[in-house]
Amino acid sequence: MESLSNKKKQLEVKPLNFWERAYLPAIAKGLSITMSHFFKKPVTIKYPEEKREFSENFRGMHSLKRDEQGRERCTACGLCALSCPAEAITMQAAERQKGEENLYREEKYAAVYEINMLRCIFCGLCEEACPKEAIYLDGDIVPSDYLRKDFIYGKDKLVEAPLNQ
Amino acid sequence: MELIDLLIKIALIVVIFAISLVVAMYSTYAERKIAAFFQDRVGPNRAGPWGILQPLADGGKMFLKEEIIPTNATGFLFIVGPSLAILTACIGSAVIPWGQNLEIGGRVIPLQVTDINVGILYIFGVVSLGVYGIMIGGWASNNKYSLLGAIRAASQNISYEISMGLSIIALLMVTGTLSLGEIAKQQHGFWADGYFSWNVFKQPLGFLLFIVCAFAETNRSPFDLPECETELVGGYHTEYSSMKLGFYLFAEYINMFISSAVMATLYFGGYNFPFMDLIHSPNLVAILGVVALFAKIFLFIFFFMWVRWTIPRFRYDQLMDLGWKTLIPLAIANIVLTGIFMTIFK
Repeated sequence: MESLSNKKKQLEVKPLNFWERAYLPAIAKGLSITMSHFFKKPVTIKYPEEKREFSENFRGMHSLKRDEQGRERCTACGLCALSCPAEAITMQAAERQKGEENLYREEKYAAVYEINMLRCIFCGLCEEACPKEAIYLDGDIVPSDYLRKDFIYGKDKLVEAPLNQ
Repeated sequence: MELIDLLIKIALIVVIFAISLVVAMYSTYAERKIAAFFQDRVGPNRAGPWGILQPLADGGKMFLKEEIIPTNATGFLFIVGPSLAILTACIGSAVIPWGQNLEIGGRVIPLQVTDINVGILYIFGVVSLGVYGIMIGGWASNNKYSLLGAIRAASQNISYEISMGLSIIALLMVTGTLSLGEIAKQQHGFWADGYFSWNVFKQPLGFLLFIVCAFAETNRSPFDLPECETELVGGYHTEYSSMKLGFYLFAEYINMFISSAVMATLYFGGYNFPFMDLIHSPNLVAILGVVALFAKIFLFIFFFMWVRWTIPRFRYDQLMDLGWKTLIPLAIANIVLTGIFMTIFK
């Protein structure tokens, strides 16, 4: 029967000729191939000293953003926590007191904001959910650590550094 | 023998011993570096500049590891195995001529520990003893894999020693002597009496057979069946740990160094180099000769590593096939051809 794709190719097994059985020409060919690799530039990136550039849409560690006046943008609405498929985000809201207008942009802010980096799957849904443009996954790779509790990142690690300081 | 001669000999022995250990040490480093280059990597580069201190770190690690002797192992033989392996690896260097005689203050200093007139037989004896280290170690471990590795090593060495010996016989017909010093002397310069003076040009097939057998004798890939990881865990050194394992691995590298030196001496002119007659100071020629010999040795070691990172391992039946059905008939044919050529052209 003719095959539908018409790509079928009948192969035949030929007995090895003398030079193929002698094995040495094949070895010489193999040696020349490895030798051509000997002079190639290594592809290794020596990691701690050299870093490969991330792609533009790389999602790394989260950062909580500040606005132009250096106030925290987050208003503790909880949409990020709600959208998080891994349930990695938790927060406690607090009311802004008088005199704190230079610290927090909205009347309500996150007093505690924690992300468990062991749970996080870096999907970026929190980023999409945020109505205040307060959270972005624009950081580096999350560093390794020894204890699980040290992977729960609080505001001290997440909030962007204040402006002009 | 005068005292000063004795001291010179002892100094020479110590120097050669130290050199073979250092070369073996840095062969491990070179192996890893070369493997890396063949695979587009950079290799060890953390210990010192370019990882140059890596062998020291490896050695330190080996010494500090826990030493395990399995309960059911034969305690005494378990220790004898690696000791024998390293011992036989080291004594092979005694008959290799490292260079021409030096002359210092009217005193002639031969750069060869001893020029016995059966040098090649001595080398063969030492090489055959080398397999005992592996066999005893594999047997004493009381482990199936070790035993299989040991059996493989034994039968492989026996098979390949035959064709190695036969390929040497053809060489001996050309040189007419068993002394390594004499063989090196005969290959003076590079060109003599209208032909190349190095034995490789007189015995190309013999050299090919010899180098294949040398790979098998040193248990190097593609004939590294005694320790093939994919089938036998670690082969004969499965149960070994700490510096006893280190000795086995080290012995392999020393063996590689010695067999490279033997190949360079027998076939590639030893310490001779082209245009050596143009230099008139004999001491300078001697020193340059040592450099030339070491350059040849390092080229051979590089070749060993090059092949290791190119060719896959033979299957065991293929290994035996190659040894018995190809190399031995070829070696015998080589002897006959050599005889015919010698009767025609002399």
